[in-house]
Amino acid sequence: MTQTELRPKADPARPSRFSRAVNSDLFHSFRSNPVAVVSAIVVMVLILAAVFAPLVAPHDPFNPATLNLMNGFTPPGEANAFTGDFFVLGTDDQGRDVFSTILYGMRISLFVGFSAVLFAMVLGVILGLIAGYVGGWVETIIMRIADIQLTFPAILVAMLIFGIAKGITPPAYRDQMAIWVLIVAIGLSDWVQFARVVRGATLVEKNREYVQAAKIAGRSAFSIMLRHILPNVMNSVLVIATISLALAIIAEATLSFLGVGAPPTKPSLGTLISIGQGFMFSGEWWILIFPALTLLALALSINLLGDWLRDALNPKLR
Amino acid sequence: MSTPVLSVRDLVVEIPTRKGLLKPVDGVSFDIAAGEILGVVGESGAGKSMTGNAVIGLLDRPARIAAGEVRLLGDPIQNLKGEALRRQRGKRMGMIFQDPLTSLNPLLTVGEQLTETIREHLDVSKSEALNRAIAALEEVGIPAARQRIDSYPHEFSGGMRQRVVIALALCAEPELVIADEPTTALDVSVQAQIIALLKRLCRERGVAVMLVTHDMGVIAEAADRIAVMYAGRMAELGPVRDVITKPHHPYTAGLMASTPVASRGQKRLRQIPGAMPRLDALPDGCAFHPRCEKATDKCRAEPGPTLAADEGRAACWYPLTQTKEATA
Amino acid sequence: MLAYIIRRVAQSILVLLVTGFVAFSMFSFVGDPIDNMLGQERTVADIARLREQLGLDQPFFVQYWRFLEQAAQGNFGLSYRQGRPVSDILIERLPATLELAFVSGLLALCGGIGLGIFTAIRKRGVSANVIMTLSLVGVSLPTFLIGILLIYLFSVELGWLPSFGRGEVTRLGGWTTGFLTESGLKALILPAITLGLYQMTLIMRLVRTEMLEVLRMDYIRFARARGIRERAINFHHALKNTLVPVITITGLQLGSIIAFAIITETVFQWPGVGLLFINAVQFVDIPVMAAYLMMISVMFVGINLIVDLLYFAIDPRLRVDRSAAGGH
Repeated sequence: MTQTELRPKADPARPSRFSRAVNSDLFHSFRSNPVAVVSAIVVMVLILAAVFAPLVAPHDPFNPATLNLMNGFTPPGEANAFTGDFFVLGTDDQGRDVFSTILYGMRISLFVGFSAVLFAMVLGVILGLIAGYVGGWVETIIMRIADIQLTFPAILVAMLIFGIAKGITPPAYRDQMAIWVLIVAIGLSDWVQFARVVRGATLVEKNREYVQAAKIAGRSAFSIMLRHILPNVMNSVLVIATISLALAIIAEATLSFLGVGAPPTKPSLGTLISIGQGFMFSGEWWILIFPALTLLALALSINLLGDWLRDALNPKLR
Repeated sequence: MSTPVLSVRDLVVEIPTRKGLLKPVDGVSFDIAAGEILGVVGESGAGKSMTGNAVIGLLDRPARIAAGEVRLLGDPIQNLKGEALRRQRGKRMGMIFQDPLTSLNPLLTVGEQLTETIREHLDVSKSEALNRAIAALEEVGIPAARQRIDSYPHEFSGGMRQRVVIALALCAEPELVIADEPTTALDVSVQAQIIALLKRLCRERGVAVMLVTHDMGVIAEAADRIAVMYAGRMAELGPVRDVITKPHHPYTAGLMASTPVASRGQKRLRQIPGAMPRLDALPDGCAFHPRCEKATDKCRAEPGPTLAADEGRAACWYPLTQTKEATA
Repeated sequence: MLAYIIRRVAQSILVLLVTGFVAFSMFSFVGDPIDNMLGQERTVADIARLREQLGLDQPFFVQYWRFLEQAAQGNFGLSYRQGRPVSDILIERLPATLELAFVSGLLALCGGIGLGIFTAIRKRGVSANVIMTLSLVGVSLPTFLIGILLIYLFSVELGWLPSFGRGEVTRLGGWTTGFLTESGLKALILPAITLGLYQMTLIMRLVRTEMLEVLRMDYIRFARARGIRERAINFHHALKNTLVPVITITGLQLGSIIAFAIITETVFQWPGVGLLFINAVQFVDIPVMAAYLMMISVMFVGINLIVDLLYFAIDPRLRVDRSAAGGH
């Protein structure tokens, strides 16, 4: 493997130089890998389209005033028989432009995905640091919980948390809170990997001389360690985060599809697919297929990017 | 003299890399007769293991035999592939690996591995194969072989495991055995036993043995002749006593001076200055010249003479026998 | 070995206690069971009587213990939504899920191991590379999407297979099976593929990685050097060693099939416990959720234990008593 040689050998004590080295090496291996380049372009285009959905989308699918029920079920690439309006990817039963709903849906999918991974990352890194640094029974409890949670598939844990959260929230707020509940549920189901990696790195660093020296000098060993450990685990955390992002987006879509995620008033890609499934038998395939393809493109390109990143940054991480 | 069991002529192994073509083995020739042990020595990376692997057709991609000839009792085998090569392995040539810990399949009993090999090459019944397997274990000195035949490799000690490996390599009665560092991974106390076993089997069965090692002590103990390799080329080839007592190649001389066993007479061990060059950074001329005290312009410009299998001893422009007149 | 098993059993019990705790907490903190059980018209005396009846006036740990006692007897109370005992509903629904999980597990296991071996042996082959690329698409394709696409193709476009339900089922005592009727078997095909495909991809990729690793081992080289047939090397020597690490993860994968059945059952309206659970989550039917959680954790823990025992069956090194330290 040629990528092995690309691993940064910079002094981890200097984060700035370290990160510069990573970036340059990373860029090199990135440019020489066409799959990574294409995936990155697809991801960027999709993210930008989602972020700027209000500007890009030809219609605002959530503004009832702009909807015309006469436009319902317009096939893609054809003018509507009654109104003569044209929709690139067709319309759904309520006359909403499928292309626009996909852009807005992707917004929610990406928002939930990114937030959930961020939440899982912060939680995992903090718990991992504490477990590694404090040790003793604190460590035992944290890692045991991690073990037990790993016994169950993440999606099941997320469903369970969603169910409990739904039970706690008063019915009136349920739709409003759904997105946040979703983020917490997916995030909580995914922190374990981050915690494991960070704990491992912390255990290694804890016994290094500089930490001991800092302790003797009466300085806060913890903050010094933070500065040393974080750069060391950045690579692994980044790889896990990328792969987790694809998983989180899939998890969100799955939960929404199952009806335990984003509400129909704020449809994500999963909700759109679930709506589209209803029209599969009556021949309006586009309501289903286009959101499905978008989800596939998004998940696949993030996965490919994660695969490349894992090989480029740390061939040992599997 | 009758046909040698193994006859290697001008063998070249190439590895294509991004930096160009590397030649870990470059024009090596030697013979091994029946019942003879040829010791092949050299530093790691000198090409000795690569030579052994090339002979038995176990080169890992992308390494390949680029030129030369390997004959087993007169039959050329360097181009054999697939089924034809498989029939030769085990049956006509066996191989002993360095680490007995990793060269036995941990999930199969010793008996399973032995009978499988025997039945692969000899047309015998199951029970006959089992008897032969037990006999093979007894021959390599494993006590209570009949009881231990159903044991798993992890139930043997390191030295016993290497005996099992030897039994496996020899159970289909090959004419040639390539032993690649067979004692390196063993305790010193066990090393001598394994060497004695190899020697005994070699004499009793008339097997030709290619003993690859970096340990001069092992060579001095076991080998009949010695082949010294340096940076992919044969540096010196000759009877073991002669090479040890009167080396002709300056590298061999340095090697002997730095080996405790071979240099019994000396008070202090000497070191050869520098290190063997990497294959992708071979110097022009003789590969040894940067480390050689006696190097001349000729050494820096021309590669050393290529050593043939049956004539000459050292691949050096100024062999140590004539050093005085040559440098004068 | 005994110590190891005892430790594993203790761990399993811990997992069950913790999930039991989670399930119990759901009862205690999510919604007021009194609210749920009594209608709008209730008196203070009613509430007090019910609290006492349900033991809600007892200390927390007493309640927890009583919950565990009841759970161990399979008693989880009445479903808020259906008003019937949860255990009855579960038992009624379980056969559907187990039959589906069994068929998809078989598919995932056979397909995954077969394809994994194939892609590892034909590392450089065109078809192996096509399979590997497809498998990445498979990993990125959410289960529910696979189901929908299969329905679209085989039910809507081609009209070959039913898109929902179990078809005709036969009653065998307390068990209902779809294996005995044509419509039952037809109805099983699409859900089984949907559920099995993702696991199959994972198992395949895992087997391939492990197999490639094993094929690089010394004992494989040694087996080659002994002239063992490629077939025997791949399927006897390498596969057995590959299976040891594959078993753990595969075991967990098979466990998660039961969990992923939730998704498949929703897509295909398959009347199993998964569909029951997802409806319970939608309607916050706590007793059903808790019972499902407990049931599934018992299954997971059981599978994990079986996997551990399988280790001993395959790997002789673990059968020695010092194995408790664990070589893996």
